[in-house]
Amino acid sequence: MGMTIAEKIIALAAGVPEVKPGDIHTVNLDRMMTNDGTTHLTVDMYYNEIKNPHIADTKKMVFIVDHNVPSDSPKTAASQKKMRDFAKAHQIDFWEGQGVCHQIMMEHYVCPGELIFGADSHTCTYGALGAFGTGVGCTDLLYGMVTGTSWVLVPETVKFNLTGQLPEGVYPRDLMLTIIGEIGANGCNYQVMEFCGDGAEAMSINDRMVLCNLAVEAGAKSAVFAADEKALEYIKARGREPKAMFASDRDAVYAREYTFDLAKIQPVAARPDFVDDVVPAKEVCGVRIDEAFLGSCNNGRIDELRVGAALLKGRKVAGHVRFLVVPASQAVYLQALEEGLITTFMESGAIVMNPNCSVCWGSCQGVIGENEVLISTGTRNFKGRAGHPSSKVYLGSAATVTASAVKGEICTADMLCCN
Amino acid sequence: MGQTVIEKIIAHNIGAAQVKPGDIVTVNVDRVMIHDIFMPFVADKFAEMGFQKLWDPDKVVLIYDHLVPASQLDDTRHFRVGDAFAAKYGMTHVHRSDGICHQLMTEAGYVKPGDVVFGTDSHTTTYGCVGAFSSGIGYTEMASILGTGTMWIKVPETIKVVIDGVLPDGVMSKDIILRLIGDLGADGATYRALEFSGSAVAAMSVASRMTIANMAIEAGAKCALFTPDEKTAEYCEIILDDFQKSLYGDGDASYLNTMTYQAEDLVPVMACPSQVDKIRNVSELAGTVIDQVFIGSCTNGRLEDLQAAAKVLAGRKVAPFVKLIVTPASRKIYQEAVACGAIKTLVEAGAMVTHPGCGLCCGRTGGILSDGERVVATNNRNFLGRMGTSKVEIYLASPATAAASAAAGKITGI
Amino acid sequence: MEQFTGKVWVLGDDIDTDIIIPTEYLALKTIDDMKQYGFSPLRPELAAQIQEGDIIVAGKNFGCGSSREQAPEIIKALGIRCVIARSFARIFFRNSINNGLLLIEQPDLYDVMKEGEIIAVTVNQDIDYQGKKYPIASLPDNLVEIIQAGGLVRAMRRLNGLD
Repeated sequence: MGMTIAEKIIALAAGVPEVKPGDIHTVNLDRMMTNDGTTHLTVDMYYNEIKNPHIADTKKMVFIVDHNVPSDSPKTAASQKKMRDFAKAHQIDFWEGQGVCHQIMMEHYVCPGELIFGADSHTCTYGALGAFGTGVGCTDLLYGMVTGTSWVLVPETVKFNLTGQLPEGVYPRDLMLTIIGEIGANGCNYQVMEFCGDGAEAMSINDRMVLCNLAVEAGAKSAVFAADEKALEYIKARGREPKAMFASDRDAVYAREYTFDLAKIQPVAARPDFVDDVVPAKEVCGVRIDEAFLGSCNNGRIDELRVGAALLKGRKVAGHVRFLVVPASQAVYLQALEEGLITTFMESGAIVMNPNCSVCWGSCQGVIGENEVLISTGTRNFKGRAGHPSSKVYLGSAATVTASAVKGEICTADMLCCN
Repeated sequence: MGQTVIEKIIAHNIGAAQVKPGDIVTVNVDRVMIHDIFMPFVADKFAEMGFQKLWDPDKVVLIYDHLVPASQLDDTRHFRVGDAFAAKYGMTHVHRSDGICHQLMTEAGYVKPGDVVFGTDSHTTTYGCVGAFSSGIGYTEMASILGTGTMWIKVPETIKVVIDGVLPDGVMSKDIILRLIGDLGADGATYRALEFSGSAVAAMSVASRMTIANMAIEAGAKCALFTPDEKTAEYCEIILDDFQKSLYGDGDASYLNTMTYQAEDLVPVMACPSQVDKIRNVSELAGTVIDQVFIGSCTNGRLEDLQAAAKVLAGRKVAPFVKLIVTPASRKIYQEAVACGAIKTLVEAGAMVTHPGCGLCCGRTGGILSDGERVVATNNRNFLGRMGTSKVEIYLASPATAAASAAAGKITGI
Repeated sequence: MEQFTGKVWVLGDDIDTDIIIPTEYLALKTIDDMKQYGFSPLRPELAAQIQEGDIIVAGKNFGCGSSREQAPEIIKALGIRCVIARSFARIFFRNSINNGLLLIEQPDLYDVMKEGEIIAVTVNQDIDYQGKKYPIASLPDNLVEIIQAGGLVRAMRRLNGLD
């Protein structure tokens, strides 16, 4: 019987000819990523709870400091120091202040066909390159680090057939928020979201990242695209080779199938306090905002920065709005610098910060206050996510967020251009 | 009898022929600076005092810099209070994310030579770089000025500081002021004005003078003063009038004492943990392993500082496991640094560049450290606990020394 | 002539404003919220130990550093009656006068003072410690005026016809 991409990746990692949903297999992990959210906990357990602490393969480990950087407290500094010292002692690849973890992983590590654990929920991003990435906690990460393996319950795959093209001014983020809005916050619970169809095939790696990254917000274990020419080009340009190039078999079995006509998608917003409370953006236009955020592992790449800069050229951020623009990595920052985008952001009155999780993480940079309203390109808008419990977060595309920053209230890009 | 610069400024301000040290006078304030961190307290005291309006809204400048970007839940309350105050009392000079207060006050043209200026921050002495009498005060005092436009002061004695000669390569104005603070001690200039002159001073850019004036408070000084010259005129975009041109110390003026330095004798130095006056030569400290470097602040976040750092780091990388944080002092400087390639060089070397603001210097966020960690920073204070726990060691240095140390992973000269 | 006694806490030279109140607490809403963190980098238990009427005796350059007025306000809120030091940093000095916190400059007491002991202060005259008298100078008239008015806020309120 045929297998889906996710099943093929798991089978390869388990060293078996085939797997099916519901099976439990022991897999060899190709890579593990952990960031400053929980690595200090993993390190503590390693030293305190393991009888013979050792690392199966240090070359498979990647440690990335991205959530609280630059550090905001002695407590943060101590946990980062623990992580840094461990990486130093065990010669583990260590990245600090170089970008958001998933961006670093995509730029430097992920290969098609790999099975990757990450101690961060948005690890599903790596499906953009035809890999199986999934988020785990610090204990699973520890087990994986020590043994090089883990158990996996093979998930079902849900097919998302994307046809046609997004209209002008409508972006992959609008598409993914629309999908999540339709299927709900647990619409793909424990399942893999597989994107295919002519619409999917035409997408750039960047666009695929936007989709896969938010899959966890629909409860998914992972998300994936078939590994194709675009994926190969992306990794070869960065000096990497694929582990395996998988596409789903014709007779693969899916739990459910959806079809989305991209031409029908319009700009949307997710309202506070739920990612799946998605409405046409026009319905929330006019809501006064205090802060806007362009960045994150979802929407902090050059494509989105270009959209933002294009809207800001010759315009200013509204006087009362704090507009934080945060490139997802140093590489993205340098490209933005080269293209004059950073200059445009600074001229318009935006606040440009170093590559890090920033406002999306809501812990220490661009924290919003009592009763304030944020519109963001981050991944979540849960109650209190970006600061004060009374504050409200709307999610929108880079275009919607930037237009709102200029207007001082929620506003779509086309409304801005017409004024 | 001749007058010192501070005596001339005060006498001119109050319309007297002369003043002498010890005189208690009431000055007419030309401009005030209030920043975000103390704004709510200023607003409260102003209301408590019962004032109904500002003496002159055009003379008041409100700058958000310590809390940009916000790092704690309650930070944005300061912006809301500030915005409401500005709106209520008709203030137009509000800078919400343009950079550090002391950078903006001269950069944006709010301070001119000969002005009398007060600010709710101890480093308000910075504007002496253009020959203004500027000093830091508390928020209660600021509230009283907002209502009355005046403040009592005691005319200070002046210490004359003469720096002659040519600075050696690798020695920056930061090294000069650290040396001076080391010689004076943290209270060596308390209640006094520091008046700078000499050929090395004349040769200095306004930016370099700013670094020196900025740190005068670390020796306890009331203010620092540089004589306005063509560089000042160009920087301030003005033509100096007769009064401004007269702001040099008279030959027969009375000084408390004179300190003389030969520029060629100066070497790169650092202030060691945890006092600003604990000065050692960089060469003595070389080899000390560090965890982080911070280049920025009102002391050393200007274009020439970023360029000095970029020059050292061109083609090199920050040492493994060491962090380099770069914070330009203003939006304008950030853009200039982008245009001349300094930002590119620093980022390629591995620096994290953050938005213009106080950043790590004020110790709320921006690179806070923990027990046993060591940082080299270009700001003006290394007090115990300033950048994290009381077991964090902070060394103050010039941007060139800081950049070299970042590449080496230890304290080193360029 | 005003007279009072109090138990003494001894602090060293160059006690700066970051020690008196670290920057991370400056965005707390009120002085009452902040005062528990007073002196924390140097002596984390001190704030809780200070009682109403206690006195601080310190070395040179007390209060150096920032213009944060919360420094003298917190010292006052903790109950300190007065600070006696070899010398004071100037911004701190002004801020204290404006808040009615009594500051006394005395060059020799610090050398002999032992923490926990009691001293007797006669304002503008002397300090009595273990039977020996340490003279103190008078404050200038204009400062006396502000203190007598009850601080600068009171003085301004009077100017505006309130109270």
